[in-house]
Amino acid sequence: MADVLEVGAARGDAPPPAAGTARRGASARRTGRLTPYLFLAPYLVLFGVFGLLPILLGVWLSVHQWDFQLPNRPFVGLDNYQELFSSDSAVYGDWWQSVRATAIFTVFSVPLLVVVPLGLALLLNRSFPGRTFFRAIYFAPYVLGVAVIGLLWRFLLDANLGLVNRLLGAVGLPADTPWVTDVPWAWVSLVGVTVWWTSGFNAVIYLAGLQDIPAELYEAAKVDGASAWERFRHVTLPGLRPVLLFVITTTVLASANVFGQSFLITQGAPGTETRTVVWFIVEEGLRDNDAGRAAAMSIVFALMLAVVSIANFRLFRYRED
Amino acid sequence: MTTPTRTAVDRRAGATRAPGTGLRRAALYATLVALALVFLTPLVWMVITSLKTYAGAQQIPPTWLPDPVSGYGYEQIVNNSANPVLRWFLNSMLAATLHALLVLVTASMAAYALARMRFRGRGVTFALIVGTLFIPPTSLIIPNFLIVDTLDWIDTLTVVIVPGAASAFGVFFLRQFFLSLPRELEEAAVLDGANQWQIFLRVVLPLSKPALATLAVLSFLTNWNDFLWPIFVLFSPEMLTLPPGLGLLQGAYVTDYPVIMAGAVLASVPVLILFVFAQRHIIQGVSRSGLKG
Repeated sequence: MADVLEVGAARGDAPPPAAGTARRGASARRTGRLTPYLFLAPYLVLFGVFGLLPILLGVWLSVHQWDFQLPNRPFVGLDNYQELFSSDSAVYGDWWQSVRATAIFTVFSVPLLVVVPLGLALLLNRSFPGRTFFRAIYFAPYVLGVAVIGLLWRFLLDANLGLVNRLLGAVGLPADTPWVTDVPWAWVSLVGVTVWWTSGFNAVIYLAGLQDIPAELYEAAKVDGASAWERFRHVTLPGLRPVLLFVITTTVLASANVFGQSFLITQGAPGTETRTVVWFIVEEGLRDNDAGRAAAMSIVFALMLAVVSIANFRLFRYRED
Repeated sequence: MTTPTRTAVDRRAGATRAPGTGLRRAALYATLVALALVFLTPLVWMVITSLKTYAGAQQIPPTWLPDPVSGYGYEQIVNNSANPVLRWFLNSMLAATLHALLVLVTASMAAYALARMRFRGRGVTFALIVGTLFIPPTSLIIPNFLIVDTLDWIDTLTVVIVPGAASAFGVFFLRQFFLSLPRELEEAAVLDGANQWQIFLRVVLPLSKPALATLAVLSFLTNWNDFLWPIFVLFSPEMLTLPPGLGLLQGAYVTDYPVIMAGAVLASVPVLILFVFAQRHIIQGVSRSGLKG
């Protein structure tokens, strides 16, 4: 995401070229004062109502006791926040269990989603007949929605009827693993399915980055007698640094927002152990009608993610120095 | 799936040279095929199961080929008043199409103003829009629910068409593209006496067809696949889109897998077709969204 911004900022703030002044004069004469605002208006209405207003409303909700069913919605200050951090509150246990579930999923899925797609991208970053074909196949699961892959894997991982246990049994491995009903198997399932589902997406991003590394660098390294590993270590990895930062940051955010996989595949099992933060927030706010508390959770959660993202940037900055 | 033709991108400098020996080439293809099986087998299994009878899908060990090939799963979802799957299909089609159109119109206009016009508040507006890219959309679900509730949109298709179009992605993506267009054509149009609307409609948009197609396809896909939002804002069986509908189907049919897989196939076919035909747009959109523009 950093690169997105840098490109945008660099272009937006760059001093206009010398000829720019004359150009501006020419087009300004023909542009009515209101024209830019008319072009912006339709989007800004949407953005204002569904992009900005919810941010403010979220803060406002979080300091009220807000029940959709009740007419009385008193101001409660920071109570909704305090409850999340005091171990004697009713919500404390479930909330931190969902944070733990999300953390476990993120910690195990992110490294795999950074490394596996890089391997795929390196494999695809050669010229051979069928390259585009294989790239399409590896990417294909990603175009399916979480509802489809959730139902599909719930079936594949079914302990009795599922293909996974049957295939394992066929090669002499235990064929009765409770993939979706018990830990640690449920975690293996959720992480594994997500890697299967989204690796192609990250691989395509890596591929674009790999193609931006000048071939001359590889040639020069070869001339200097660098081995394949040395070329990877000293040409590929440094060349990919901005792409790596982008992939890690977006993957952490995507993993932390996991919902559909655990909702459909493990259905929270065992008990509510695999219920994630996003799931718990919507359940609290929309099923149990406590929008104030759910809004407070959303804000605490967004702040946690911000801290993780900033830590990411820091870590990579240091490595660069 | 697609013909293995090489695009200009593939031939670019970054691609390293083909492995020299036949043995290495064989190893490369063996790896590629093994990986392809990992990615494809689950999808093939979905289709196979959707063509089995209930008893056929309960067999242990399972059979690879459905015997007999049965339309049972599809019959169940076609004639189903409690779970009107075809209605969900149409709802999804309508919602995703209208959503993509709404994104195209609003984002392209806004992006053009931000890329090419000078006006008071441009910097602040752009900063605000880009800033929201950093806020996880899931954290806005509760307040957004309250907003659509106030608007009385709950349980109508509007609720899955409109709010998502506030996403900053389309504006950002198109602005970057517009900035990369050469200004000369627009300047020529200005000299010909064209105003901003005419330039936008007759010069900029026709030049931007690839970017517009990419955005349309990505918006369609996102909307077609959306799950978290519709399961909380759509309730009536005839109002659902496919993803929340599939959840309902799973609840109703539990282990009747041919029926559930038939529903999953129905939800997959349009996006897989779209992927086959718009692969270039989707993959370029994904690789460009983050890095280039």
